[in-house]
Amino acid sequence: MKDTAIRPPLTLRTRDALVGWLFVSPITIGFLIFFVGPLVAVLGYSLTEWNLLTQQSTFAGMDNYADALGRNPEFWTVLRNSLVFAAGLVPLNMALALTLAVALSRPFKGVVIFRTIFFAPVVTAAVAWAIVWTFLLQGESGAVNQMLALIGIDGPNWLRHPDWAMFAVIVTRVFKTVGLNMILYIAALQSIPRDYEEAARLEGASGWQVFRLITWPLLAPTTLVIMVITVVGSLKVFDHIYLMTEGGPENGTLVLAFYIYEQAFEFFNVGYAAALAVILFLLIVLLTITQVILKQRGGER
Amino acid sequence: MTRFQSPFVRICWYLSLAILAVPFVFPFLWMLSGAVKSQTEIFSPSLSLLPQTWHWENYAEVFRYQPFARQYFNSLYIAVVVTAGSLFISSLAGYALARIRFAGSGLLLLMLISALMMPEEVTIIPNFFLMKWLGLMNTHMPLILLPMFGSQGVMATFLMRQYFTALPPELEEAARMDGLSRFGIFWKVALPLSRPALAAVGIITFLFSWNLFLEPLVFLSDIELFTLPLALSNFTDAYGLPLWHLQMAATSLAVVPILIVYIAAQRQIVESFALSGVKG
Repeated sequence: MKDTAIRPPLTLRTRDALVGWLFVSPITIGFLIFFVGPLVAVLGYSLTEWNLLTQQSTFAGMDNYADALGRNPEFWTVLRNSLVFAAGLVPLNMALALTLAVALSRPFKGVVIFRTIFFAPVVTAAVAWAIVWTFLLQGESGAVNQMLALIGIDGPNWLRHPDWAMFAVIVTRVFKTVGLNMILYIAALQSIPRDYEEAARLEGASGWQVFRLITWPLLAPTTLVIMVITVVGSLKVFDHIYLMTEGGPENGTLVLAFYIYEQAFEFFNVGYAAALAVILFLLIVLLTITQVILKQRGGER
Repeated sequence: MTRFQSPFVRICWYLSLAILAVPFVFPFLWMLSGAVKSQTEIFSPSLSLLPQTWHWENYAEVFRYQPFARQYFNSLYIAVVVTAGSLFISSLAGYALARIRFAGSGLLLLMLISALMMPEEVTIIPNFFLMKWLGLMNTHMPLILLPMFGSQGVMATFLMRQYFTALPPELEEAARMDGLSRFGIFWKVALPLSRPALAAVGIITFLFSWNLFLEPLVFLSDIELFTLPLALSNFTDAYGLPLWHLQMAATSLAVVPILIVYIAAQRQIVESFALSGVKG
């Protein structure tokens, strides 16, 4: 104890502060280097005219944003596609997830088997899922079209047809991800006390009325969480597009996340791609803020 | 147990669930079936799951066509490293954020939470130049570092913090009385108690790494270094058209082990994902 005689021992609080920062230092340092830094950098890049091939970078002000929002009609196609993708995927995904959850939240013989089945694509690599579905959706020999032929429908070449490619990508993506939302809904449904439903039943409410007036309002917080996760997930879809359509046909499935990749790593327009990344960032921030506001408003009620 | 009102209702119930299950089950079956069909049979109009002639050699062909064993090993070891590293880093930080009061912890937590939802696409361009500058292009380091410290690592930290917050404080006080240091408390008391959270975070992190696609695509160019997701779509002929029998065989090899583990540990795995979704 010679040490303490000379130097007063660190107070518990200072020691805690030191230890605390020591414990969080790996994630903090890594986070600053590989996330915060790049986030600041991408903002900087977005203000430059930077072509990777010529290795030249000059300050361009808001030029890249002007390109995106005004001069380049492609951007609006991309934004529209992203919105169509989200507007198609989110309601379909949530409706199917809720339907499955309601069906599978109560025990019956085989319920675990069905849950396992609907969740299986969630643990499967998106790449594998996309490859197998590309195979299934082949024009002539594809299994989907052969099945349709059985009931007399002449199916299109799904992924090469401008009217159908987006639809096909959305639906296969729903199959990939719906299991997760189903599980979240099941957890929420199982946390609702059975007494509520039984009381309403005694009052003579029909099954549908119980769902609409009791279950659905009680699910609202879960619905909100699921909605935000699903919307954000739909904005960052990349693997499916890259493997199934490469943004085609006729840019029909060119969505924001894929467009960023394409501009940066295939066309080497670093400045422009960075501006697109910033726009994606802002979209997601906006969504997150909306979620917080909705949550607070829900809490007040 | 739900009682069905009549046999008819029961039949309708199971029939509609079975029909709904088709798009979830059939792709796996068709994948396994395509993997043992000949190249010509694949393009013949037949919905038969069983091949006319069995072509088990497709599986051998997969390994001749690409260094597939090597790529398989790459995916596996990267996922293990990312999972182990992430578990250590996230539990350490999660513990501190939950149980130690220190200046700036609130701000740090807020910063981390705000990153939870950010997709990799937002930061991938600067990270590309960062890795280039660090001389890590065409190595596995970006595939290890970015999941560990990006939004996936943040999510892991956040989940661990949530779990540690719920532990009773008496446990720590008792350990402190016994003269354990902070790290001792963390390592010997808190960590053993957090096995369920560690398992959940481990499962999610492993699958995240195993399924990673954008990062390998951007950072790897050497076929020997490829990971499975990158290798799977690489079975093409001279015209760049997919060799479906090989793609299905390779995809089966990548998917089936995961599915077997999933079916064996179904409950644990599903709960892990439920945990990560409820965080919001």
